Amino acid sequence: MKWALAGALVALIALPAVLSSYALTLFILIFFYGFLGQAWNIVGGYAGQLSAGHAAFVGVGGYTAAVLSIELQLTPWIGMLVGGALAALLGAIIGYLGFRFGLRGFYFVLLTVAFAEICRVAVSNIDALGGPLGLYITFTGNPRQFQFQDGRAYYYIALALMLVATVTAWAIERRRFGVYLAAIREDEAAAEALGVNAFKYKMLAMVVSSFLTGLGGTFYAFYLFSLQPNTLFGIPLSVEIIIRPIVGGAGTLLGPILGSFILTPLAEISRLYLGQGGLHGAHLIAYGVLLIGVVLFLPEGAYPRLKRALARTSAER
Amino acid sequence: MSLLVARGLSKRFGGLHAVAGLDLAVAPGEMLGLIGPNGAGKTTVFNLLSGFLTADAGDVRFNGRSIVGLAPHAICRLGLARTFQIVRPFPRMTVLENVRVGALARHPRAPEALAQARDVVARVGLTARERVAASALTLAERKRLELARALATGPSLLLLDEVMAGLNPTEIETIIQLIRGIHESGVSILLIEHNMRAVMALSHRIVVLSFGERIAEGTPAEIASHPKVVEAYLGEEYVRAAQA
Repeated sequence: MKWALAGALVALIALPAVLSSYALTLFILIFFYGFLGQAWNIVGGYAGQLSAGHAAFVGVGGYTAAVLSIELQLTPWIGMLVGGALAALLGAIIGYLGFRFGLRGFYFVLLTVAFAEICRVAVSNIDALGGPLGLYITFTGNPRQFQFQDGRAYYYIALALMLVATVTAWAIERRRFGVYLAAIREDEAAAEALGVNAFKYKMLAMVVSSFLTGLGGTFYAFYLFSLQPNTLFGIPLSVEIIIRPIVGGAGTLLGPILGSFILTPLAEISRLYLGQGGLHGAHLIAYGVLLIGVVLFLPEGAYPRLKRALARTSAER
Repeated sequence: MSLLVARGLSKRFGGLHAVAGLDLAVAPGEMLGLIGPNGAGKTTVFNLLSGFLTADAGDVRFNGRSIVGLAPHAICRLGLARTFQIVRPFPRMTVLENVRVGALARHPRAPEALAQARDVVARVGLTARERVAASALTLAERKRLELARALATGPSLLLLDEVMAGLNPTEIETIIQLIRGIHESGVSILLIEHNMRAVMALSHRIVVLSFGERIAEGTPAEIASHPKVVEAYLGEEYVRAAQA
C-alpha cells in the first residue's frame, strides 16, 4: 500500500510533462476538489458532522485574499493564510452555535446552509466587495500575485494542497484526536461516558476543516481570476465539496481523493458534451443518479469496497 | 470518608418525580446494590451521578468534590465511569478499538492506550474476539465489552447498569466472577441489577428505591426479608396475605 501510494505520487509529479492543456486543467480540478473534499472530510467524515455550507469558507478565504491583494497589494500567498484564519473563525462561530446547542443531523445541516446563504446575500450587497458582479483580478502572470504563465504551476499547487489536507487527515486519524472523532461519530453519548469532550473535539475538527477550506478559496479566486458571490458562496459549490468524499468514502483517508477521481472527470465530460448540446446542468442529473447508486449499493463509499477487493486479491496471490 | 455522597438528589420529568430527595453514599471499596421495581428511578439516579442529567435539587460529591453540573466526560476523568443498560458499543469499531477509546482517557498517547486496552480486553475474556467488529458480537459479549470500555477509563467507582440483563445463567455466573475480580482489584462498585440472586451474592449493602425514594437499606439478608421491599415488588395484598 505504502509503495503503491509513493508510486502514484511520483507518477502524478511526472505527469504534466505529457499532458495536453485540457487534461492538465482536468487534473487541476481533480486535485482541487479532492483537496476541498478532504478538508470537509475532517469534520463531515471523521467527526460525522454534516456541514452542507462549506462553500462559505471557500468564499471567505477567496474574498479575503482578493481584497487584500487588490486594495492593499498584499501578496495572496500571505492573504491565503489570512483568509484561512478568517474562515476558521467563521467555522468556530458556526461550530459553537451548532455544537453548544446540540444541533444534530438535519438541524446542523440547515445551520451550515443558512450561514453560507447569509454570507452569499451579504457579500452580494456590499459594494466594496463588488456586489453581485463580484471582483475581477487583473492577470499579471506574476508568481508573487499567485499568477503563472505556465498552467503546470497551478497543477503543482493544487496537488500540494491536496497532499497537505491528506497528510493533515492522516495525522489526525492516527492520534487520539482521530479516535475520539470516530467515537463521536459512532455514538456521542457513549463517547462522553468514556471521557471524550465531544464539544471540544467537534470544534477542533470544524476549525481545522474550515481553515483548510479557506485556503482553497485563494486558489479558486486566483486560478479563475474572478470571484462571484453566487459561485463562491453558493449551494452548488457546497454540494460539489460534499459529494466527492461521500461517493469515495466519508471518514476514510483516500475516499475524498478517489471520489474526486471518479466524479470530477464525469462532471467535466458531461458538462462538455451535454452542455454543448444546450443541456446545461445535465451533469447535475448524472450526479443525482450516481448518488442514488452510491446510497443503494455502496453506502460506505467506493474506497472501503476497493480496499477489501484489493485485500482479497493480494490474499489469493 | 465516603467515595460518593449524594444528598437530597431530585429530578422531575414534567409531573413525574423520578427521583425525590434521595440520599446515597458509597464507601471506598464498597460494592453497593441499587434495586427497585421497574420505573423506580434507578437509571435516572445513574444519569444524575454520571452527568447525563442535571439534578433539579441536591448535591453529589465524589472524592469530596461537588460534581453537580460537570459534563459526563469530566466526571469520567475524575474516576467515575458508567455502563449503559442498553449497551452502546461503537458498532463499526473492533472490540479493541472500542476499549481503546476508554483507555485514551488515562493514556493520551495512542500506543500506550492500545497496550492498556489489550490488558482490559484480556481481563474480560474477549481477547479471541478483539479484532471483531462490535456489531458482530453476541449480547453477552457486548455486555462484557461495555464493562471493558468503562474499566479502561481507570475508574475508582464503576456504575454498572444491569450488566446481566438478558444473559443466561452460565453467562451470568461468568460476569459475576468478572465483577468480583474488578472489585478485588480496588474498584468500588455501584450496581443496578434485577437479578436478585446476583445482587444478593455480590453486594455488601443494598439500597431499595421505589417511586424515586429510598424505602429500605441494609445487608442483603436484611433486605430480603424487609416488608417494605416485598410490598414494593409484589404489592400490598401479597404482604397482607402472607401475614394472614
